[in-house]
Amino acid sequence: MVPLWAYLLVAAALFCLGMYGVLSRRNAVAVLMGIELMLNAVNINLVAFWRYLEAQTMNGQAFVAFIFVVAAAEAAVGLAIVISIYRNRRSVVIEDVDIMKW
Amino acid sequence: MFEFNAQTIAFLVLTLFVLGGALGVVTTRNLVHATLYMVLSLFGVAGFFVLLSAPFLAAVQVLVYIGAISILIIFGVMLTRSMTHLRHVHNAQWVASGVVTSLLFVLLMVGIILPVWGVNGAQTPTEVADVVADTAVMGQLLVSPNGYVLPFEVASLLLTAAMIGAIVIARDDE
Repeated sequence: MVPLWAYLLVAAALFCLGMYGVLSRRNAVAVLMGIELMLNAVNINLVAFWRYLEAQTMNGQAFVAFIFVVAAAEAAVGLAIVISIYRNRRSVVIEDVDIMKW
Repeated sequence: MFEFNAQTIAFLVLTLFVLGGALGVVTTRNLVHATLYMVLSLFGVAGFFVLLSAPFLAAVQVLVYIGAISILIIFGVMLTRSMTHLRHVHNAQWVASGVVTSLLFVLLMVGIILPVWGVNGAQTPTEVADVVADTAVMGQLLVSPNGYVLPFEVASLLLTAAMIGAIVIARDDE
């Protein structure tokens, strides 16, 4: 089987790419996509650790199922907020909605 | 290390899907194309779940991520039509973001491969158990009092709250 560190390395790279998207993209929808990539990296890590270290129980997969739930909720609410902002300000560029920035 | 067999080849191909798709997501100007790249990446992750003998999670990944969340994001892209082709894709801090994320990746790589912070990925045994708990065990775990019944209920409450919240936020007031 492929060694565990290979999965961890791919997940780390995916997490870093998602984080780069979150930090550098200007469009709020693209930022949400970056967050989805980061959540997927976490899922890869959880399933890989479950398979290699805890395959007799099902705890790792249960955690991943809960992350699916949180990701679905986050995407729904996040996109609702983005659409609401677009309706009010005709823009989804992050810099245009920084009125709460200190 | 790697042995040359079908599993390794599948792993490398799926890695190409996952990381290539992620690279497309963070660099493509056209957001519809970026969403399609994200679907490619998520599909690769589903393939990883199959390789790691978690077929139920692979099916849920295809249904929830590729089937629901991607479609939701495509709707978001289409409802904000004038923002799909921004002239500047990245903001002013993109160089700093690249440096920070590269440093984070190097740090994670050190943590995964070198035994700096104790036992880690590279030191774990490569031979793994052949017998794997199946999905029926997971179903029982999710509803058993000794398992995750409380988080399960909280998750369903969270989904309900998120659904109502999304409707209320996105609805036209007048």
